[in-house]
Amino acid sequence: MSSTVTIIVDGKKVEVPMGCNIIEAAEKAGIEIPRLCYHKDLTPTGNCGVCIVEVKGQKGYKRSCTTPVTNNMEINTKSKEIIEARKTVVELILANHPDDCLTCVKNGYCELQSLAKQLGIDRTKIQKVLNRKPIDESSLSIIREPDKCILCGRCLRACQDIQTVFAIEAMGRGFETEITTPSGKMAESVCINCGQCISVCPTGALHEAIEIDKVWEAINDPEKVVIVQEAPAIRVSLAEEFDLPAGTNLVGKMYNALKMLGFDYVFDTNFTADLTIMEEGSEFIERLHKNGPFPLITSCSPGWIKFMETFYPDILEGVSSCKSPQQMFGALSKTYFAKAYNIDPAKIVTVSIMPCTAKKYEARRPEMRSSGFQDVDYVLTTRELVQMIKQVGINLASIDDSQPDDLMGAYTGAATIFGTTGGVMEAALRTAYELVTGKALESCDIKEARGFEGVKEFKVNVAGTELSCAVAHGLGNARKVLDKVVEAKRKGQPSPYHFIEIMACPGGCVGGGGQPYGSTIARRMERAKGLYDEDGGMKLRKSHENPMIEKIYKDFLEKPLGHKSHELLHTHYVKRDSLL
Amino acid sequence: MDKKIIEKYAPDPENLLFILHDIQDSKVDHYLSFNDLQEVAKYLGIPVSKVQGVATFYSMYSLEPRGKYIIRVCESAPCHVMGALDILKEFKELLGLDKIGETTKDKLFTLETSACLGVCGVAPACMINDVVYGNLTKEKIKQIIDGLRKGGSNV
Amino acid sequence: MYRTHLLFVIDQNTIDAGAYAVKYEFEKEIKSANLLEEVKISETGSVNLIGKGVIILVFPDSVLYTNVSVNDVKEIVNEHLLKGRPVKRLVLSESFDIPNITITPTRETLKKQNRIVLERAGVINPESIEEYIATMGYEALGKVVTNMKPAEVVDEVKKSGLRGRGGAGFPTGLKWSFTAPLSGEKYVVCNADEGEPGTFKDRLILEGDPHKLIEGMAICGYAVGAIKGYVYIRGEYTLSIQRLAKAIRDAKEYGFLGNNIFGSNFSFDIEIRKGAGAYVCGEETALIESMEGKRGHPRAKPPFPGQVGFRNKPTVVNNVETLANVPNILLNGADWYKSFGTKNAPGTKVYTILGKVNHPGLIEVPMGITLRQIINEYAGGMAPGSVFKAAQIGGSAGALISEKMLDTPLDYDSLGEYAAVLGSGAILILDQKAEIPDFLRSVMKFFAHESCGKCSPCRIGTKILLDRSIDLYKRKLSEKDWEDSIKIAKTMEKASFCALGQSLILPISSANKYFREELKDYFA
Ligand SMILES: Cc1cc2nc3c(=O)[nH]c(=O)nc-3n(C[C@H](O)[C@H](O)[C@H](O)COP(=O)(O)O)c2cc1C
Ligand code: SF4
Ligand code: SF4
Ligand code: SF4
Ligand code: SF4
Ligand code: SF4
Ligand code: SF4
Ligand code: SF4
Ligand code: FES
Ligand code: FES
Ligand code: FES
Repeated sequence: MSSTVTIIVDGKKVEVPMGCNIIEAAEKAGIEIPRLCYHKDLTPTGNCGVCIVEVKGQKGYKRSCTTPVTNNMEINTKSKEIIEARKTVVELILANHPDDCLTCVKNGYCELQSLAKQLGIDRTKIQKVLNRKPIDESSLSIIREPDKCILCGRCLRACQDIQTVFAIEAMGRGFETEITTPSGKMAESVCINCGQCISVCPTGALHEAIEIDKVWEAINDPEKVVIVQEAPAIRVSLAEEFDLPAGTNLVGKMYNALKMLGFDYVFDTNFTADLTIMEEGSEFIERLHKNGPFPLITSCSPGWIKFMETFYPDILEGVSSCKSPQQMFGALSKTYFAKAYNIDPAKIVTVSIMPCTAKKYEARRPEMRSSGFQDVDYVLTTRELVQMIKQVGINLASIDDSQPDDLMGAYTGAATIFGTTGGVMEAALRTAYELVTGKALESCDIKEARGFEGVKEFKVNVAGTELSCAVAHGLGNARKVLDKVVEAKRKGQPSPYHFIEIMACPGGCVGGGGQPYGSTIARRMERAKGLYDEDGGMKLRKSHENPMIEKIYKDFLEKPLGHKSHELLHTHYVKRDSLL
Repeated sequence: MDKKIIEKYAPDPENLLFILHDIQDSKVDHYLSFNDLQEVAKYLGIPVSKVQGVATFYSMYSLEPRGKYIIRVCESAPCHVMGALDILKEFKELLGLDKIGETTKDKLFTLETSACLGVCGVAPACMINDVVYGNLTKEKIKQIIDGLRKGGSNV
Repeated sequence: MYRTHLLFVIDQNTIDAGAYAVKYEFEKEIKSANLLEEVKISETGSVNLIGKGVIILVFPDSVLYTNVSVNDVKEIVNEHLLKGRPVKRLVLSESFDIPNITITPTRETLKKQNRIVLERAGVINPESIEEYIATMGYEALGKVVTNMKPAEVVDEVKKSGLRGRGGAGFPTGLKWSFTAPLSGEKYVVCNADEGEPGTFKDRLILEGDPHKLIEGMAICGYAVGAIKGYVYIRGEYTLSIQRLAKAIRDAKEYGFLGNNIFGSNFSFDIEIRKGAGAYVCGEETALIESMEGKRGHPRAKPPFPGQVGFRNKPTVVNNVETLANVPNILLNGADWYKSFGTKNAPGTKVYTILGKVNHPGLIEVPMGITLRQIINEYAGGMAPGSVFKAAQIGGSAGALISEKMLDTPLDYDSLGEYAAVLGSGAILILDQKAEIPDFLRSVMKFFAHESCGKCSPCRIGTKILLDRSIDLYKRKLSEKDWEDSIKIAKTMEKASFCALGQSLILPISSANKYFREELKDYFA
């Protein structure tokens, strides 16, 4: 049996892989069938009815996203009748949709908007029938605007199939159907704030809680000292918004733009990423010496942390007590930085730019006030930063590069790769290896930790001990790893792993829920490549080599896992299984 | 809720509809509370959002407390042709209810409409809890309601 | 030996009319008349008499009482049971299609009937497996598992020309032949969701002759190599569920279900699944989702359930009536079956006839009979004061036809584009007082209420069409908007995900075709 079939699309013969759906097959013939609910990375559901085509010999139209091709299938994608019907379908969808584009977060990015444009819909033909359901703004991270929802079901595929969180579900039936949580409030649900639903939503029905105005207010307040940190994954995703190839590293221009926006000090979360490695690496070494508890599980992804607290509270002790780099930065900004620059911490406003929606929630956790203030005041997503840059008309692509301010701005290659799956593991091993063995690694590259395989398992030999490591990204993959840990624990067996890295988002933070729209897996891989390229090109590639890290321990923290570290850089977790 | 109702069934998600029926039937106010949904979800090992998704999909379940007697008046075409609208009006008047879905103050009756009940041979028809009443007339409705008000059994 | 048998017809309608209260009164009175040794009281299923209150059959006198109330009991006991004088005013005097009643039908009497599916309904006690066996029950199953190869069974059903009675009329043997060759776990699912407005044929089979369904399913299971059968019954059918559950228990006890049936290698079991109020769950893939404990959203086809169905295993889904035809086909042969009905539509068809006729109810007639015949010969003609105006055939998703089509034979070929939903067998007769816009409004309400919400064309389309049909009825809809409504319905026909949204075009386009003049009066 051959693994391809021949089909005829609009009269053109093409050979396509067997088992693919018409929508993919047509692309081979150069035809992008108009679509709405289909998403390359998700199981197609056939909800919207836009991608209809005619298949010779078959009654009615077929949905090209859910219909597999068969040999010699003759497909017509653009007869007059189909185009008419497709338009009517979109007109029906628009009849159930507010015409709020001008004041919509998704304006300019919306797939419904561009579909309407693509099909040439130039007037309202069908009188509106709106549901008028209230906006849910209960969550610190995820806002739902049900009236803008077209029930494409993509968010369900992300939340249920990929993240296995099941925070949201279709409730009710027929015209009354709404994608929502059991109580109707995001904040009361098991939602872990990862924003993967936002990332795939074609419309403005889901978006982050926007904090731009508060940041402007702080910047414009002469009393405030506003400092900003940016996560590693930001520098490689900004380019997409300024017509540059995805994965292009704009770190220098980013610093400059932030200064142009008016931030008083521009630092970098990468600095605290290096610090995280010092703390977490030391934690790991300590456990090696004490022979456990294993596995040590990374803790820098707040989406993952809430997932763990909700679904796996029993493995709480295994999770590293290190705060995420964002929160380490926050705590230091109002202590270390305040002291060094002699600024009243009450006047400091700490802003983070994150690829992440969960970090908005993390910043408000009651544990995150170890400086005596809310450590991080505002968290903006990559998209919000882009919005601010565009608001004032900075052309990011053409401005000069700049440098971060130096106290908390220097970083190594190890910190940069934090932004993608496997990066934290790789960074930690680079440091742990040297600290344990006293010898330098032959090569910094730990290839087994890289790539987008859902679960990556491998062994490393450190001073005669075989360490079992696992890297999982996307919480469905995390479950696979964790279930093994739980199972072993239940049976009283030793843990199958010593060290586990988990990132809530597929691809890690390059695929975060706050990243620019159009964040497909392919796009995430390009961003990841940008990070590895930066790391590979750096002189310092191990966290412990960062001179400013040496300085902070000397001047302020004393030593990893020391008293001050514990106070400022470590945290504890809360069981949340009652949410279930 | 009595846990035994759930435990009568194997902890298999395929039993979800049965379990929801039984819980609802076991309660005077004929509804599924969020707590019920949570218990079921835990027992079956499925997310509570899924359970609620199911409970809100099927018209026989309610997430709001209802009366002791659930009156479901059929409004599908065969009953419509035989005068279902008048029947509905009569029920509303007799029970003093404005809207479909409301419950009387004494918590005795909830008035609902339904698609075909499969007893169209005696259209217009309604179901009150498990029992079918057909060939409805104004007089018959009054009789039924009076009977139930007096605490007569439903059969 | 009892001198007299009293058979209480127990179905949803008679229960509603107070059958249990009357029965209880009889038990009391018979006891006080000291007749306990002579008169036996038992229950039977529906006799297809609807709207006739409490119904009692008296044997061997062949007396059929209708509309019996508690107050009549003493009189019947004193006059009839003691003195042998039937109470005339309660004896049914009408003469339409009353089944040939005997307490224990024999092989001979059974063969004389024109009924296949309902041959025993109202004749035997549906709760007695013994009576089913005594009337040739399970003989077909025995013959099949001991004397026939599975492929031969499939062939025989193919040859019989049996077509699905659930709606779409797909050839049953052909459907089985897709699943039979596949390996691994397989299932038979009986679709007893029966949500189509105006349909209750499956209920009467379940209430009146549940073993017939069990036997049909077991034969299907043997033919396609399934290990287990499921019956998905709508949640409202309490009595059907009880009766079928008992029948399954009894069949297991007698070895007609379970391991090594009739000493063969064939093992088969049946379980019941209960719906909870969703018409779309009659659609086979939504039904499967519902059986798996999920929301009833249809799945994409292909793959069809025959390949990937319940628990993602090959699954044959058939309607109750379809399966109830199977034992007779195997017992008497395909040729016998083809002697009923028409060439392309062999067998009988169960119709429910409703609305403004004298005797609304259920009939089993050969395929190919005309609507006029059904009204006049089986439904006792139009109701007093009613003149035929329109009929909707096939339930709410069916076409609205005018008197022009009264003489068209009801079968898959003659009805052409309107045959799509013939299988459900519902026929609703409207008289001159019916307003087509009012009727459409009720039909659209049904669709809007039952749309599952999965796909945009149907979810939004049904809502808009409902709003517009209300406007039409209120004379607020322009002709242009009506035309546009037809366009929307046509788009739904082509672009809806499942047959629910696809079929709403039928009532709309047929109303437009046959009743345009009337609609014009309503345009704003
Ligand atoms: C909306 C909808 C409702 C349906 N309802 C029923 C039903 O209640 N009973 C039934 O047997 N088939 C129903 N069907 C048809 C089934 O999908 C399926 O074709 C049938 O069960 C196959 O059995 P058959 O081949 O024996 O007819 C329905 C189809 C649709 C689209
Ligand atoms: S459902 Fe929508 S996205 Fe999917 S193939 Fe059809 S038109 Fe395209
Ligand atoms: S979701 Fe899209 S179409 Fe809707 S208002 Fe926003 S931008 Fe416009
Ligand atoms: S002209 Fe059209 S697209 Fe532009 S703002 Fe106005 S409505 Fe929107
Ligand atoms: S943010 Fe993540 S967990 Fe929350 S609803 Fe969206 S996908 Fe689900
Ligand atoms: S919220 Fe967005 S992704 Fe989810 S169903 Fe609605 S439109 Fe689709
Ligand atoms: S993986 Fe990164 S973007 Fe996603 S939740 Fe975790 S920290 Fe946020
Ligand atoms: S056509 Fe209607 S019932 Fe069928 S899938 Fe679409 S919304 Fe659901
Ligand atoms: S893209 Fe295929 S139906 Fe939505
Ligand atoms: S970018 Fe900091 S952990 Fe993800
Ligand atoms: S239409 Fe009312 S019971 Fe069937």
